[in-house]
Amino acid sequence: MTDYGAFATGPLFGLPLQELWFGLVFFILGMFLFLDGFDFGVGAIFATRDDDEERETLLAAIGPFWDGNEVWLVVFGGALFAAFPAVYANLFSRHYLLMFAILGALILRGLAPEMYEQRHDEAWQTWWGRAFVVGSVSTPFLLGVFAAHWLLGVESLLSLPGVVVGLAVVALTVVAGVGFLAMKTRGSLQRDVADYGPRAMAAYLALVVVTLGYLVAVRPDLGVLAPIPLALVVVSLAAAAGYLLALRDGRYTLAFATVPVLVFAFVALVATLMFPLADPATGLTVADAIVSVLPLNIMSVASALLLPLVFAYFGILYSTFSGPIETGESYS
Amino acid sequence: MLDPVIASRLQFALTTIVHIIFPVMSMGLAPFLIYFTWKDIRTDDPVYEQLRRFWTKIFAVSFVVGTVTGIVLEFEFGTNFAAFSTAAGELFGGPLATEGMMAFMLEATFLGVFVFGREKVSDALYMVSAVAVGLGTWLSAVWILVANSWMQTPRGYELASESGQLVVSLVDPIAAYANPRFPWMFVHMQNAAVLSVALFMAGVAAYHVWQRGIDADDDREAARFWRKTLKIALVVLLVTAPFQAIHGDAYGRHVYETQPQKFAAMEAVWETDSYVPEYIFAIPTSLEHITDPRAKELLGIGIPGGASWLASGGDPQAEITGLNEFDTEAPPVAIVFWSFRLMVAAGFWFILLAFWAAYRWWTDDLYDDDLLHKAFVGSSLLGIFAVEVGWIVTEVGRQPWVIQGVLKTSDGVSPGLTGFEATLTLVGFAVVYSGLLALYTYVIRRIIREGPPSVDETAAGAETASPAGVSGDD
Repeated sequence: MTDYGAFATGPLFGLPLQELWFGLVFFILGMFLFLDGFDFGVGAIFATRDDDEERETLLAAIGPFWDGNEVWLVVFGGALFAAFPAVYANLFSRHYLLMFAILGALILRGLAPEMYEQRHDEAWQTWWGRAFVVGSVSTPFLLGVFAAHWLLGVESLLSLPGVVVGLAVVALTVVAGVGFLAMKTRGSLQRDVADYGPRAMAAYLALVVVTLGYLVAVRPDLGVLAPIPLALVVVSLAAAAGYLLALRDGRYTLAFATVPVLVFAFVALVATLMFPLADPATGLTVADAIVSVLPLNIMSVASALLLPLVFAYFGILYSTFSGPIETGESYS
Repeated sequence: MLDPVIASRLQFALTTIVHIIFPVMSMGLAPFLIYFTWKDIRTDDPVYEQLRRFWTKIFAVSFVVGTVTGIVLEFEFGTNFAAFSTAAGELFGGPLATEGMMAFMLEATFLGVFVFGREKVSDALYMVSAVAVGLGTWLSAVWILVANSWMQTPRGYELASESGQLVVSLVDPIAAYANPRFPWMFVHMQNAAVLSVALFMAGVAAYHVWQRGIDADDDREAARFWRKTLKIALVVLLVTAPFQAIHGDAYGRHVYETQPQKFAAMEAVWETDSYVPEYIFAIPTSLEHITDPRAKELLGIGIPGGASWLASGGDPQAEITGLNEFDTEAPPVAIVFWSFRLMVAAGFWFILLAFWAAYRWWTDDLYDDDLLHKAFVGSSLLGIFAVEVGWIVTEVGRQPWVIQGVLKTSDGVSPGLTGFEATLTLVGFAVVYSGLLALYTYVIRRIIREGPPSVDETAAGAETASPAGVSGDD
């Protein structure tokens, strides 16, 4: 047998790997929510457009990206499985029907844009257009329910806080979709889309405030009023203000740049409130649930090598298709 | 309501059987697309641009359906097999996470460039994106098969118990991940994927040659495209079909050495015996022979000592341990036994088909033999069928174990799962995946019927994408 020496007995370079992995898992979830989030938002905005050309433009805007964006969810599942197998297993099996509802919604969202372009008659496109909207709205809603139930240890399929957080995540994806489309479109479509921004942001902030109020009143144990959660709330408010001002001034790239701040503040809030638990429903802590040192070290090295490459791939992809969608440029 | 164990197993079987079609298509198409892209860039021959664009359309649809069905599988380890995931997460989670970061990311990001970016990037970057997509699909297979092969021939682990719960902990990652089964599985699977796609391509091309009466001098534009497709597919078929049989023979020996119970089920050997025949054509004369095959009672053409020969690598006298000798119950022998025969029969048919077509090519009759064309059309999905039954041999044959000799499948199912939930999602998947398969078939058939993009359209460039939707790659 190979002797792995210190690699098998202590965390790499003495790093606090279990906390880092807890953070990494949520970071990956945040990457998914940010990147596929604007795809979902585009799907929601799609519902407001009935002009063929505008619909094609929306699909063209996300066409090259959404597939890669969605892979962050796969990586989230993999990272959670690799670092906290008991959490992955408990969480996914406990939310059995919810997980399959998410998968069903993702199937619908994934198929719809591909199918939409396969035939160009009205009935076909009407139905796949609807499927695209339903999949794009229900996926973030259900993910919000999932995140709330994870944090609060709720075991039922639906709950009031779950619904509120679900709606908040939908609003957040619309905020992201508006930011993205305002950069990628021009003319009347751009103006119409930008108009949705303030309303979506108002809805998001209102739903977050309701959620935080609920948590302060009902779940004081989570410590919403501690410094770090409050700081994240302040960061969110500042980003929201920046988003609204940038939209007003037509500085759409800047508006979009506030989106990751909002998304990561949201995800960090969930993670901070949860820590040191990793699965509140079962009381498993991060320290309980972490895999042993050897696999953890291996995965740390693998991630340290691979994630920078992943960012490079995304850099190539996004720079290839930067700039607004040209008129007449279709999804296909 | 079904028992949650049964329902979970059926659901995993169903979702895997449907999912594997799409990775076979994308992994098998990958080397073809790399070749078409290379030739498209390096030559002025428009047929390669047509080939690249046409098969990229099929690749893109397959990739999307493969993505959405693949996430399902990754989640099912947690939803339905939580006990397995908790026990073996240390060994099993790592390869899945690595697959996502190393392979899937590479494939999905460069697919955007490959499908949409021909006019936006340099030839060099376009070529890089073709290779990256292809490499991504194959690296995915590496990590998925590392995980799967470890379950077949587990090594590098120690068993511990944490508060009464079994924990399989990783002690030697090199031994675990470079386990004995991995190279066999990887080579067999990748070659099968390329072979399956070659058969599919040949079938599609032969269909057009046959239906449109294309001959060697036909100067219609699509005619050249289909002739070229048929020839390229045939060359690949000639290499991969015989290789699969030769490799499969050696693979069988490895299975006998590492999973004797599975091998005994493949041959339906219940009592330990030597000089065991290999029934290449087993003819069931009663229903019982189908549902409960037993090597000694079967009527058929048996190669004397054939199974012993296969097991030992050349000794017809070799002893095969019968299923009755093992402490654990036998896997469902009928499924394993018949699936194995169907796979092998399909494999030999592919070789025959390849030689038949090669002979016709040599005699300059490749486009005139309609019987051959019909045979190709009829065989276009048989490669995928062989992959399915082959995987059934592998996965059903290792039962009752989910990790060979370590954890039983029935002990791996989520403890809190109710029969109602499991049955509900099983029925849901049966409905949704039937629809998904129907939809995929419909879309692929449309693409095939439409045929290649014409050179005129090709020459006009991708900027003026026609609204007819034939330009899935510009």
